[in-house]
Order: sequence, then structure tokens, then C-alpha cells
Amino acid sequence: MSKQSFSSWFKSGSPWVWLNAGAVSISLVMVVGLLGLIAVRGLSHFWPANVMEVSYTEPNQQVESLIGEVIETETVPASQLKRVGVELAEGQVSAERVLVKVGNRDYFGMDFRWVNAPWLGQASYPKELLSIERREWGRFYGRLVTVKQQGEVIATGDEAYDELQQRISRSNDIIDEIKHLEYSEIGKINHGIESIRLDKRQLELDGVAENSIEFSDLADAKAKFDDDYRVLQKQLAVLYTDLNRDQMVVKMSDGREVEIPLAKIVLIHRPNAMGVVEKIGFYGHAVWDFVSGDPREANTEGGVFPAIFGTIMMVMIMAVLVTPFGVIAAVYLKEYAKQGPLIRLIRIAVNNLAGVPSIVYGVFGLGFFVYFLGGNIDELFFQASLPSPTFGTPGLMWASLTLAILTVPVVIVATEEGLSRIPRAIREGSLALGATKAETLWRTVLPMAAPAMMTGLILAVARAAGEVAPLMMVGVVKLAPALAVDNIAPYLHLDRQFMHLGFHIYDVGFQSPNVEAARPLVYATAILLVFIIIGLNLVAIQIRNRLRETYKASES
Amino acid sequence: MEAVKEQTGTAARAIDISSMQRGSKMNLEAETTCLQVKNFNLFYGDKQALHSINMTIPKNRVTAFIGPSGCGKSTLLRCFNRMNDLIDTVNIDGEMLLDGDNLNAPSVNVADLRRQVGMVFQKPNPFPKSIYENVAYGLRLQGVNDRATLDNVVEKSLKGAALWDEVKDRLHESAMGMSGGQQQRLVIARAIAIEPEVLLLDEPASALDPLSTLKIEELIHELKDKYTIVIVTHNMQQAARVSDYTAFMYMGDLIEFGPTDELFTNPKKKQTEDYITGRYG
Repeated sequence: MSKQSFSSWFKSGSPWVWLNAGAVSISLVMVVGLLGLIAVRGLSHFWPANVMEVSYTEPNQQVESLIGEVIETETVPASQLKRVGVELAEGQVSAERVLVKVGNRDYFGMDFRWVNAPWLGQASYPKELLSIERREWGRFYGRLVTVKQQGEVIATGDEAYDELQQRISRSNDIIDEIKHLEYSEIGKINHGIESIRLDKRQLELDGVAENSIEFSDLADAKAKFDDDYRVLQKQLAVLYTDLNRDQMVVKMSDGREVEIPLAKIVLIHRPNAMGVVEKIGFYGHAVWDFVSGDPREANTEGGVFPAIFGTIMMVMIMAVLVTPFGVIAAVYLKEYAKQGPLIRLIRIAVNNLAGVPSIVYGVFGLGFFVYFLGGNIDELFFQASLPSPTFGTPGLMWASLTLAILTVPVVIVATEEGLSRIPRAIREGSLALGATKAETLWRTVLPMAAPAMMTGLILAVARAAGEVAPLMMVGVVKLAPALAVDNIAPYLHLDRQFMHLGFHIYDVGFQSPNVEAARPLVYATAILLVFIIIGLNLVAIQIRNRLRETYKASES
Repeated sequence: MEAVKEQTGTAARAIDISSMQRGSKMNLEAETTCLQVKNFNLFYGDKQALHSINMTIPKNRVTAFIGPSGCGKSTLLRCFNRMNDLIDTVNIDGEMLLDGDNLNAPSVNVADLRRQVGMVFQKPNPFPKSIYENVAYGLRLQGVNDRATLDNVVEKSLKGAALWDEVKDRLHESAMGMSGGQQQRLVIARAIAIEPEVLLLDEPASALDPLSTLKIEELIHELKDKYTIVIVTHNMQQAARVSDYTAFMYMGDLIEFGPTDELFTNPKKKQTEDYITGRYG
């Protein structure tokens, strides 16, 4: 009886349904779990955690006071603790160990510290504890003593905090102004002077006489730039003096008082004094700063904006390059080429290109694009600036091209598939109206195949955005001095090197001098990269759906 | 209620047409020649699909090709606008003349030829564009982009295809939303928008319901004043209803060709008689 029912249950097909459902759920759980883990680890980094003050007594040592954030707690077995000299009470098999971020790296040497929970006193969270984000040396925790202006004490005690905030926003404004002058204004002048130097070199190469009018014109132009530069430099000098006006004195956990110039401070807050609403507001700010800011301190602090920008720029340039190339190749292979063994061979080769390890493309890009193509471009068009290369060096253009080569098989395959799905009837209908083959392709077939091309592009973008290895050879750097787009003509600088989120993750995670501090940033950058890829894909899918709606082919 | 009334009305008109046709006497010798086929052979690779066909298709008349599936009637039809050029393995031999000129001559521009010889296929194949753009397609190909001219031609063609009243309020909606019968009439409108001389219809009603079929048949009757129409059908009643002349083909041979009345009432060949009486096919 039971055997009968088992076999009928088996025949009914429900075991397969269960199996499928199980596989799907496992995949879903894994994806959600992975994203969840990255998101929690990455996004919690920006939350203004409470700062704890606690006494800590190691055996046979003096009592010391710790100020810092609890990062994580782990349980350690007694045997392991015994080895480091921690004796537990009889019968206790394990004890907790706490990682505290104590900051003040320049004074303490380490900004993270493992402490054993049994030796900790009662923790308290005084409202007046400051968490200071500095431009250098990471976080600082302490108590505000005084605010000073050119060495004179301006404020002490509680009212000093408000005074401090005002002065910090003032110094930040000055820093913004300095940045603007240095990057934008002086950048323009430097660019102008550099182009004069190149013009001069070109004249020398052309064999123009040293005392000719061209040289004196250039000299005049350079003199004008020099004057402009002197003016700016004076402005800068004033700004720097202004910037260095204020200082603050802070008392550390060990009782030492130190003076910090406000120019070195990004942000100060008192997490223990904040309500939940305030914390949420602060969190939003911190996330925004991360997304929109420049990196500091060897990428372990600050934002990742240049990397986001570089990633998106590179993917977009790649998309612009790969689409026409892939579509034209697919149209030729499918529509014009005489189908035979040769075309079959080419098609197999194209399909296999998608399986070549990406680092190989990187090597190819370096050898062909950077050295061969770029080198020749330099020799032809940028002779004046040689021996320093313009295009003969890794850059955005070559990175995009390399990725375009890497992803072109995907676009070709998808487009070919789309072309073969266009009903013959539609082509014949167009031809029967007196259209040539090219007209039929252009007016009917290609628009109808557009959704398939978009599918190819979506796959290409997804692959390109996540690719890191080949980029390290053809243009990605740890820290790019300038974005690829700026206010200096020609505005888009394809020869510049750029930053990339994928490489940024690698760099922060594995090349960073301060691993503990960098770890949350790795997660945060990873989740950001995932979001950006999802975003790029959503945009492409949206476009594809719109195209599909427009060119819905007949159901027949 | 409305629908029922309309249906009976259309049916009544269809009967009118067929009785009208029966009345007129057709004589091939008295007609002006439009298309002429001389000793025409066609091969798919090694396989011969048409065996020395000779026939004359008269101007401004409806000529029907009938015969069992695979007899070569569609293949012959597709030679008139050189649609078979698209198939690599096809080889032809013999002559095919349009108004006295060999349409397979190397000097003939295929696109120009197809402008003169329009074609409507078995399944409606509107482009996934608006109704308006479907009809304007042929003109736009010729470089006509003037709005007023296009509006004019679109209206005229849709009226000519008896579709104007049904679609005049949604000209800019997608053609894919129309019914099969409407789509087929749209395709006819698209074909007549470029004013061809000849209209080739390859089983134009085989994918349609009876009501739409009637409409198409009525339309064919109206169009023959202006165009020479060649229609392939495997529906003998349809051939009898719409055509002036009928050609019966079998296994790549043209068995019999003559006025429809004669061919159906008094076939000269045994094979024709067998076919129209339903003994094979």
C-alpha cells in the first residue's frame, strides 16, 4: 500500500517540483545572504556608535583608562587565555575578548586593541566624549579642553563645543576654497604652461629660428601665466594663514592633553549625546561623504567618488565602443557573409573568445593598445611631449577598448541570435516593397533586433563592470590625481589613468597599512560596486523593455 | 446584432460578385499581355521544381494558380518579382517578360522591379510600426518624406484596401494590434501605396477566418480595375469566385490554363478534372 502511494507520488512529478523549488530557494538564500552580509558589514561602518569609557586593569599593571568604540566581541577558550596569562575562575571554560577602537594612532601607536573582558571595569558613556575624524592619522577620541585662536584661549568647557563646530565649518570652507584654487585655477595655469612648453618644443622640432616671432609670442603667453600664478599664490598664502588660525586642546584617555590644529579636522561629533534621529541624520551624511568624497590616507579613509566615476566612465565608454563594433560584426556574419565552413570557424572562434581568461586581454591590451597603438599615436601626434608618453601609457581609453574586446563576443552572439529571430516574412515584406537588402536591414530588421542587442549590451556591461584583472595592466591606478572629465579643454581626457571600484576593493583590502580600519571600507565599497552594476543593468533593461514594446514582432 | 447584420450583408455581396463574374465571357486572345512566361524552368539545386512553363498573364485581370501543395504555384509566383533570388540554390532557365522586357536581365534593378510587381504573402506580415508608417514605408524608401503627400497616399491606399473606415482614428497606433484580416488588408494597402503594375497574392486568405476572407475577395475584385492580379490559392471555390483566368499546376508542370469558367465547368485535361472534382490533392 505504502509502496503504491510512493510510486504514484513519484510519478506525479512532485519530487521534481520540490527539487527545483529547493534549488531555487538555496540559490536565493545564498544570494540574499551574501548581499546581506556585505551590506551589514559595510553599511554599519558609517553608524555613529557610542564611545565607551572604561577602566582596564591587567594583572600586575596600573589601572588604565580606555576610550573607544567596541568593534567586536569574541569568545576565547580558557586554555588559550591561560597561555597569555589570564587565569579564569575555577570551572569557567571561556571568556570574552573585546576589540576596541581606541584611535589616536599617532600617540598610542595602534588604533585597535584587543582587551580581555574579565579585566574591564564598568563601562560608562559620558556625553562629552568627542569622536574626531582627522585628515591624517585616523580617528581621535578624547575630551574637549579648550578652543584656541592663534594660541589664545577662546572658549573652555561646554560652550566651547559650539564654538568648535563653527570654527570647523569655517576651516572646511577655507579648505574647499584652497582646493578649488589649487585644482581648478592652478590646474588651468599648469595646463596652459605645459601646452606652451609643448608648442615651443614643436617649433624646435619644426626648425623654426630661435629669435622668430613665434617664440616671443610663446614667451609672452608664458609670462602672462606666470603673473596669474603669482596672484593665485598670494591668495593661497593668505588662505593658508587663515586656515591655521585655530587650534583645539583635547585630553586623551591617559590624561595627556594634546593640541590639534582645526585645519587637520574633517568632522567632530559627540555620539553619546546624539539621539536616534540625530544619528540617522549623521549616518546619511557619512554615507553621502563616502559616496561623494575623495579618498584620504592611502584610500583607508574618506570617500570613493573617483573610483565610482572611473568605473561608470569606463563602462560607458566601453558600451559606446562595443555596441557598433559588435553589431556590425554580427550583421556581417549573419546577413552578408556566405555561410560556410569559414564562417562557422569564425563563429566558433568568437564564441570561444568569451572564455579566454580576462588577464590575457589585459596583456593583449598592454602590448597592442598601449605600446603599439598608443606609442604610434604619440609619435605621430604628440611628438613634442616625447619622451614622456601621452597615449603610449595605460589610460581610460585603452582600458575601455580592452574591455570592449573582452565583451564583444557577447554582443555579437546576442545580436546574431536577435537577427535570426526576425521572421523571414518581415524581411520579404520589406523587400517586396522595393527595399534593397541594406534598406531592409536598416529600416526594419535592425530596429526589431534592437532588444537583442540591448540584451548583449546588458551582459557586456555586467561583465565589464566586474572585471578588474585586465584593468590593472591598462589604466587603473591606486590613486588618480585627476578625474577624466574636468573644466580644461577638451574636457574628456581619455589618456588619463583612473580609479576603479573593483581595484579599489583589492587595494584597500590587501594593500592597506591599516587592515582593521580598512575592512569595513572593503565591504562598503563592495556593496557600492554591486549597487552600481545593478543600477547600470536596470537602466539598460529599462531601455530594452521600451524597445521591446515598440518593436513587438508579430505573434505568428 | 450589428455584427450578424454585417455578416449577412457581406455574404450577400460576395454572392453578387461570383454571379457577376460567371456572366462575363473571357477570351485570352483578346487580352493585353502583362506577364509572359516562355519555356521557364526552375531548379532547387539538382531538383527541378518547374518544367518549361509557358503562359501569358493578361493585364487588369485576376489570374489564379491552383494545384495541390508542392506543385510549384508559389514558386512560379515568386519568380514574377524575383523573390527567389533570396534563395542561393535556385537556378532558372528560360524567359519571363514584364510588358515585353525580360525581368531576369542583368540590367534590371531588382528593387525597381519589385516596386512594379508588388506582393502579398500568405501570413499577414505588417512591420512592427504604426499603421501609418506601414503604408508609408514604400514611399519613404523612394525618398518621399513630404507630410502632405504621405497623408494623401496613406488615406488613398487604406481606402483602396477597404480599411480606412476601421483605422482612420488610430493611424498612429501599432499595426500589431489589428486583427489578422485587418493586417492582411493593411499589407495590401502597403503594397498598392507604391502603385505597382502587378499585384502578386500568395494564398492571401489562407490564414484568415471566413469573414475576413470574404472581405479580401471583395477587395481583389475591386482592385483588378487598376492592377493585374495573380493569386495563388489552394481553395478552388476561392479561385472560382475571384479569378478571370485559372492555371492548374501539378508537379511543376502547367497542366491547363484558361478562362476560369471553362476550366471549372469544362476542363480539357483529365488531371484537371480529377483535381477539381476532388479526386486528389
